[in-house]
Amino acid sequence: MKLKSLLKTGSALVLLSAVAANAQATHPQTGEALAEVQTFTYRVLDEHSSVDPQVVEDTYGADIVRDLFEGLMNQDAEGEVTPGVATGYEVSEDGLTYTFTLRDNALWSNGDPIMASDFVFAWKRAVDPALASEYAWFMELMSIQNAAEIIAGEMDKDDLGVAAPDDKTFVVTLSQPLPYFAQMTTHSTTFPVHPATVEEFGDAWTRPENIVSNGAYILREHVPQERLVRVRNENYWDNDNTILDEVTSLVINDVNQGLTRFLAGELDRTEIPPGQFTRLADEYPDQAISIPRLCSYYYNFNLAEGGPEALQDVRVRQAMNLAVNRDVIVNNVLGAGQTAAYNFTPVLTAGFELPELPIADMTQEERNAMAVELITEAGYGIGGQPLSIELLYNTDEAHRNIAVALGQMWQQTLGIQTSLANQEWQTFLQTRGNQNFEMARGAWCGDYNEASTFLDLVTTNSGYNDAKYSNAEVDQLMADAKTAEDPQPNYTRVEEIIAEEVPIIPIYHYADGYMFDETLRGWPVDNVEQNWYSRDLYKVVAE
Amino acid sequence: MFNFVLKRLAIAVPTILILVILSFMLMFAAPGGPFNSERPLPPQVLANIEARYGLDQPYWKQMYDYVVNVVTRFDFGPSFQYRDRNVNDVIMQGFPVTLTYGFWSFLIAVVVGVSLGVVAAIRHNTWLDYFAVGITVGAQVLPNFVMAPILVLVFTLWLGWLPGGGWQGGQWQYLVLPVIALSTSYMASIARIMRSSMLEVLNAGFIRTAHAKGLPMWRIILRHALKPAMLPVLSYLGPAFVLMITGSVVIDVYFSTGGIGQFFVNSAFSRDYAVIMGITILVGVLTILFNLVVDLLYAWIDPKIRY
Repeated sequence: MKLKSLLKTGSALVLLSAVAANAQATHPQTGEALAEVQTFTYRVLDEHSSVDPQVVEDTYGADIVRDLFEGLMNQDAEGEVTPGVATGYEVSEDGLTYTFTLRDNALWSNGDPIMASDFVFAWKRAVDPALASEYAWFMELMSIQNAAEIIAGEMDKDDLGVAAPDDKTFVVTLSQPLPYFAQMTTHSTTFPVHPATVEEFGDAWTRPENIVSNGAYILREHVPQERLVRVRNENYWDNDNTILDEVTSLVINDVNQGLTRFLAGELDRTEIPPGQFTRLADEYPDQAISIPRLCSYYYNFNLAEGGPEALQDVRVRQAMNLAVNRDVIVNNVLGAGQTAAYNFTPVLTAGFELPELPIADMTQEERNAMAVELITEAGYGIGGQPLSIELLYNTDEAHRNIAVALGQMWQQTLGIQTSLANQEWQTFLQTRGNQNFEMARGAWCGDYNEASTFLDLVTTNSGYNDAKYSNAEVDQLMADAKTAEDPQPNYTRVEEIIAEEVPIIPIYHYADGYMFDETLRGWPVDNVEQNWYSRDLYKVVAE
Repeated sequence: MFNFVLKRLAIAVPTILILVILSFMLMFAAPGGPFNSERPLPPQVLANIEARYGLDQPYWKQMYDYVVNVVTRFDFGPSFQYRDRNVNDVIMQGFPVTLTYGFWSFLIAVVVGVSLGVVAAIRHNTWLDYFAVGITVGAQVLPNFVMAPILVLVFTLWLGWLPGGGWQGGQWQYLVLPVIALSTSYMASIARIMRSSMLEVLNAGFIRTAHAKGLPMWRIILRHALKPAMLPVLSYLGPAFVLMITGSVVIDVYFSTGGIGQFFVNSAFSRDYAVIMGITILVGVLTILFNLVVDLLYAWIDPKIRY
């Protein structure tokens, strides 16, 4: 071991001295020797929706927008808020007014200074019914004064609670205090746009030949469904600390093809196909990485009127919840670092405190024994009334494997028969949204790093509450949390209620397996939202 | 002849109209819509979007507006999925890609297929015939979705000679694998049709006469046998050509070429109505056009056919 590391240091020294003649660059903070070619090429599953900050609606697009544009605030490697175009902000005592100070040296890629009025323009644009952005709801969620009314067409967009008293001061007025407001300004919908460019070119302003942006990179080339290339923005205020020169995303629909092209050296990053993580981690320990995500996988019970009668019985739901052996699912079915879920909100969510959950501490034998007791009490299962349930999921191999596993567990432990129904995505959404199911797969990823992005789903009026679960106490707790000084106890309590009433069965919290080039550094593995910025990445000299 | 072409073109118009109406009906019958997603949009936001794209209008009005825009301004509408481009852009960008590798595949399939078929027929029941039949059967039973991964495995992963996908403006390295993967099964079909039709022609009376006149074999084949033997191949080539240049979905998706097939599949999944319609019409028009071309070629090859 010692010899090996000595050898490593030795060879690194040789390498260093060999390239010293070329004035080899080193990383300013870590001192690592930087590779000569600083490019990053990665796979995306699909063509992004847009690179217009106010229009973009998918994560691949948002990744690109974070490189091309910069908002008031950024996130660091841990997901904490750091200064972006704004050097900082002040909050009024009532928590309703945020005053951001913009940095003097922030420029657009064409050399124009960034004005507070550019932010005013962009934020009004986001809620403008004429633009009809899908992410208008995000501005509503941010509780900006009059946002909801403007989206509904009841007010003019100029009534939005934003102002620019001078060139470098941007003031936001909220309709209610929002503890995580600053965090939300790292979201792409809130990024500025260059008003003159948008007005001149209309929908075509985001094309490489027209676009003016303010991020660390500018858009060089875009071939839809094939590639998008961005290169360093010389006018970016922190350009001196940017190391990667060129970033390319390639659209590769097929995940296995992505892996093949990674192994052929064409990519620096790609997703690992389902079920292959363990093998690849063995074979390429320096390259296969599992990254936890702020997402939960669960099954909805249909609790709406007209849903299966047996599922209205809380004991049946509890029994089914207990009988799910999560360890088998995360270790044997998935195996890419996912974690068993006994509650809805991922534990990694900022500030979230997990309640005491008895189910989490039991062994599976204990859970199964308790499950059998409960289902017998309810009069179903082995020896009781026969029960058969249809599991609905969208067509996908991984979803099917999980549904099969669940069916077997319920069959073996509880004697419940299950049948599988898979539907194409859009059809699935409609069927599930209309409660035409008995149990349906669900998954949710946090829109921001706070428990309410998950727990709002179980409130009665949530549009995403596919189980049609309704509990007055939950509604009240979530409503109170919006204005509470410390909302965390409310969230913990809501989780307790869900664990008790089981409107959904949480199965696992996500982790995504990736292959990374072994010379790539700076990936924010600990940022659970996986908001990464190319300007934080760099490549070191290969060992 | 001129009247025939005119008549065919006149029939094409209602055919395409029926195609448009049927496609519209199928699209509206499919559940979901372009703006449905896992997180349903707030009703007000959805209403704004639908108003922007005219989706709040009754179906017949949407269809009518669409046809009027296409006919009067050649405007196929905006893409619902990609804000910064419209359907014309999508087709202008994706079609040349597919056309390029489709054309090369067609050329290779025809040249290799016809040659193989002719050689097999002339050397009927010799090892050359068996060899040619062996190759064609092999190529036919290997569909392109099997062929493509095998090619990538060998030429990209093992040998490292060629890129495993992408387009790069159509540089030749990026063309080789898609062209091979796409052309093989067409090539096999052409060879098989060519072989059996050539065998038939070689047994015909006028070929025997040519032999009797003492003409050399190559001259008999080229001057007398090839033209009539091409007829069945030709009727296969028309639709095959359209299929090849308009989107072999598998090739586009597998090799990530950015071709029209990739747009077609993705727009179907995301219910990007305008893109689906645009590509459907493109394929429809090309099919009608090339069927007409094949019919005209028939008349040229076979003097018995008159229009």
